[in-house]
Amino acid sequence: MTGGRLVRLAESARAPVEFIFDGEALTGLEGDTVLTAILLSRRALRDAEFGPEARAGFCLMGACQDCWVWQEGGARLRACSTPLREGMRLRSAPGGTQWPGPPADAERDRSGDSA
Amino acid sequence: MTRVLIIGAGPAGIRAAETLAAAGLNPVVVDEAARAGGQIYRRPPEGFTRTPEKLYGSEAAKARALHATFDRLVAEGKVTHLPQRSVMALHGGTAHVLGETRQEIPYDRLIVATGATDRLAPVPGWQAGGVYSLGAAQIALKAQGVALGRRIVLAGSGPLLTLLATQLVASGAEVAAVLDTAPMRQQVRGGLRMALARPWVTLRGLRLRAALGRRYHAGVTLTGIESDATGPTAMAWRDAKGRDRRTDCDTVGLGWHLRSDGTIADLAGAAFDWDTDFAQWLPRADPLGRAGEGLYLAGDGLRILGADGAELAGRAAATACLQDLGLPHPDPARTLRRLGRMHRFAQGMMQAFPWPAQMVRDLPDTATVCRCEGISAGDLRGTLPLSGPEANRAKSLGRVGMGRCQGRYCQLAGAEIIAAAAGSAPRDVGRLRAQPPARPAPIGAWLNTPAEGEAE
Ligand code: FES
Repeated sequence: MTGGRLVRLAESARAPVEFIFDGEALTGLEGDTVLTAILLSRRALRDAEFGPEARAGFCLMGACQDCWVWQEGGARLRACSTPLREGMRLRSAPGGTQWPGPPADAERDRSGDSA
Repeated sequence: MTRVLIIGAGPAGIRAAETLAAAGLNPVVVDEAARAGGQIYRRPPEGFTRTPEKLYGSEAAKARALHATFDRLVAEGKVTHLPQRSVMALHGGTAHVLGETRQEIPYDRLIVATGATDRLAPVPGWQAGGVYSLGAAQIALKAQGVALGRRIVLAGSGPLLTLLATQLVASGAEVAAVLDTAPMRQQVRGGLRMALARPWVTLRGLRLRAALGRRYHAGVTLTGIESDATGPTAMAWRDAKGRDRRTDCDTVGLGWHLRSDGTIADLAGAAFDWDTDFAQWLPRADPLGRAGEGLYLAGDGLRILGADGAELAGRAAATACLQDLGLPHPDPARTLRRLGRMHRFAQGMMQAFPWPAQMVRDLPDTATVCRCEGISAGDLRGTLPLSGPEANRAKSLGRVGMGRCQGRYCQLAGAEIIAAAAGSAPRDVGRLRAQPPARPAPIGAWLNTPAEGEAE
């Protein structure tokens, strides 16, 4: 099956936001989370570390950590609770040798959900 | 002035803040969301245009009132709101908080209103990408205006199953089937207790159910989720008459009502007891929510009473706090009476939509229990001769509960499987203790940045 996993049902009159995922230019809308924006064009966020299946998030409330993706700079972020920003450069896997830990500096585990 | 820290800005945290502010205190509210409201009254990002009526249906007026109350308190400077921050640890009267930066917030009294997450039972194949919690599907719809797939099967039990299905259908999503593991007989029995406590709310639930028509099936056993490389392709299930059936789909939502998130309460020193009605561990507290020296609990993190109950519990916890400080406080009698009614309703609901204990006990060895690290029921059963039937030992040897969700989604199923092998009950297996950090945190956040002092 081609195309994304998610379907927009409402709120489609928002400004477009361009970003890069695994080297490809994609477009989301202002107010999308990173998870929403990626899964509107893709079936999954990344591969699983411990099995053959793909990962596409699970709880969407910051509790399960299933939705990690990486910035090209190396920082890991939680896709379900990180707002999409113009020009973000994202990857489905960490770059270099840092697997699975985050780099020691720039990471910001920003969230968008209640405690 | 006494420094009161409230963790969580859902219905309970907001009403607690309001009650404290009315007594002249200036509480600090830490919350993970950008905008206050909690899960059920979650607000979409700025710039979204659907009305509360569209988002919250019959509960729109309550959502509006709650949001407006909190926004006004913050605007008037009576409450300090620290959004987009997670409490990672509590130590010696200081909360270690992580957001854009690391912060240390000292407090004299603590009100924990951290809510609940979906209660999950494993279904063979649930590790596929494209299987979500029911709560996830609702958040996607409310906060983002999206459906998580093109053809969705919803399965599990509890009020959210029906509510979410009707919300998705009304928004134009394709819901292929709604599979309730609760047998109809049991639903009728619990439903009568629910109707006695809150007839109007019960009636509303029945109306929603009727709107689902032939999509809805009660007394179902879920046998497995089939998938290919792109995600789920079908849900296999057995109907109440024992016939094997199969529903094509590309997305599955699962959930069996809610599980109180006790992580922060545990770190704050609360004790826990197994609750037979709610079939899970719940923190120990007095009727107003006192759970220890200067520690108060409220909302679904204390007792799963839903949003209306959480508003009451937030008021109750703040009232207890004011009593203990010797400050003028509202009379709690009416709040306690109403909480009692909420509790009776919730007990009926737990009876109507029970945890699927037998289904979990019958999981095949190949079924994944821990989604985070791919640990199967067989792996866990294989650990037991070494670890014995105790959850924390089985966790350290078998890693169930050790993954990055920190046991939130596998703990109850793990306990059920251990209990089945030992011929005991989940309550005998013990509760997984919470460890800081309360969320997986990048080590660099702790090592490289000096903490900021108290927020002003
Ligand atoms: S999907 Fe669970 S933390 Fe993002």
